[in-house]
Amino acid sequence: MKIAVCIKRVPVMETKFAIAADGTRVDDAGLKYDVNDFDLWAIEAGLQLKEKNNNVGEVVAISLGPDAAQEQIRKALAMGADRGILLQAGSTPADGLAVARALAAELKDGGYDLILFGRIAIDSMNQMTGPMVAELLDLPCVTNVFRLDITGTTGRAERALEGASEVVEFPLPALLTIDDGLNKERLPSLKGIMAAKKKPLEVKPAQLGEARVAVQKMVLPPERAAGRILGDSAAAVPELVKLLQTEAKVL
Amino acid sequence: MANVLVFAEVRGGELRKVALEAVTAARQLADLSGGGSVHAVLAGAPGIGAKAEALAQHGADSVLVLEHPGFAQYNPEALAATLAQRLGSGNYGFGVFSATAQGRDLSPRVAAKLGVGLAPDLTGFAVEGGQVVGQHFNMNGKTIATLALSGSPALLSVRPSALQPVVAARPLVTEAITSATDPSASRVKVVELKQGNTGKIDLNDAPVIVAGGRGLKAAENFKLCEDLADAFGNAAVGATRAVTDEGWRPHSDQIGQTGRNVSPNLYIAVGISGAIQHLAGMRTSKTIVAINKDKDAPIFKIADYGIVGDVFDVVPALTAAVKAARAQG
Repeated sequence: MKIAVCIKRVPVMETKFAIAADGTRVDDAGLKYDVNDFDLWAIEAGLQLKEKNNNVGEVVAISLGPDAAQEQIRKALAMGADRGILLQAGSTPADGLAVARALAAELKDGGYDLILFGRIAIDSMNQMTGPMVAELLDLPCVTNVFRLDITGTTGRAERALEGASEVVEFPLPALLTIDDGLNKERLPSLKGIMAAKKKPLEVKPAQLGEARVAVQKMVLPPERAAGRILGDSAAAVPELVKLLQTEAKVL
Repeated sequence: MANVLVFAEVRGGELRKVALEAVTAARQLADLSGGGSVHAVLAGAPGIGAKAEALAQHGADSVLVLEHPGFAQYNPEALAATLAQRLGSGNYGFGVFSATAQGRDLSPRVAAKLGVGLAPDLTGFAVEGGQVVGQHFNMNGKTIATLALSGSPALLSVRPSALQPVVAARPLVTEAITSATDPSASRVKVVELKQGNTGKIDLNDAPVIVAGGRGLKAAENFKLCEDLADAFGNAAVGATRAVTDEGWRPHSDQIGQTGRNVSPNLYIAVGISGAIQHLAGMRTSKTIVAINKDKDAPIFKIADYGIVGDVFDVVPALTAAVKAARAQG
């Protein structure tokens, strides 16, 4: 089974963000980066499927991003992916379709049985690149997968909706986006980290398409003013109910 | 002037509240761009056309009804093909979707088919020089980008609860349409819809959310949250990741970075300390109430009203007081 996992280098979100001088992006000074959470679960899904298949096949980690994203690909290799491909781009376009076209061009002739993405990248929060790639490659696509079973060339997945779920069947090859809850990612072992240094990592320029979506401006949301502590027991409840009625007008 | 095509989301044969929000957004877009007409696509099993009235009530000039047994469940391939065919006809300036699991599955497929721009999960928008500019959260909710879309048709999806449905009644006009591809030939087949929390209001539809955290100590204590939600009558119960990881609540109830993003009018955090990952999913709530015994819990930094106290003491008292207030009101 040949599996591609598309991963993204994203800032660690526990950071206090500042807006860059040009007013359209976050200032990258002092930012730390990691693999997008959801993509870690996609890597784990790929590794588990290969293991179930008696380790026959290949898991390829692919990322579009700056040169430094090699670090995130190495993490995937340390977890157990077989090789990596970096599609080099100075910055990632805001338009998911431009990114999807570059990824689709790389994936097109790869002969993959499965292409996995995380459900969403928590930096751009676009949640669109996976289904766009599926469309460009004319592949069956299931998003938000939190249960997965592959038998031969048939897949069965459960996808998360708001307060509900759908059980979906699809033929391989297919593209899936992985949601929280499918698995817990493994930590790279020391042996894995050493082995990752020797695994192949191909670097080539991304063939980015035209962008139709641009970030005009970026701001920090207004800070929520810390509110009022109304008391330290049920005695504060009448005051709370009064405020919900008169001030917040939600009751 | 630009006409707007809007996808009206249906689940289990019922129109969702987000469909009315999407039609409201489409009406605003048409009006902002100089008065085009709004066409809503309503797809489902035969008989779904009976749900068209609510769409006309909220501003749809016509409802395009797509009835076929193959649409009894969500059918992304046939829907994407049909919507792309309509939107690519040259008749539309904008396409509007809900930023739900369904809308965020469908809209990128349509954008890719047409090779057009998609601005996802907007919390607000305007039309400048005929183009949409919209607000979209980035960085896990810690920054807000203004996205500008060029080209036509431009597609966008609207975050649930970001705008309230507005009545803008039009005469009910329906038109039967057919699918661009054979709906029964789609490769991806939904074989079962599992409705969670049957009969309960969905987190994205609820104007009030009562969310519980580890401070509740055990699965059975979520009854406190359920009772409070029932007292409001229009509330849903959510949970933190710690709680869903413990298996106290289903995964679909999780609010936060890896779960759902919600923006209700009122969010009551019960025994939730306020980890950054949780705050990411609820900080856009209009009014936030926190009940927690730890006065230093980060949740109090973003809460409008806080009670530093034992949830087992405060929540039942609040439930009783809300019941009494609603009985009077």
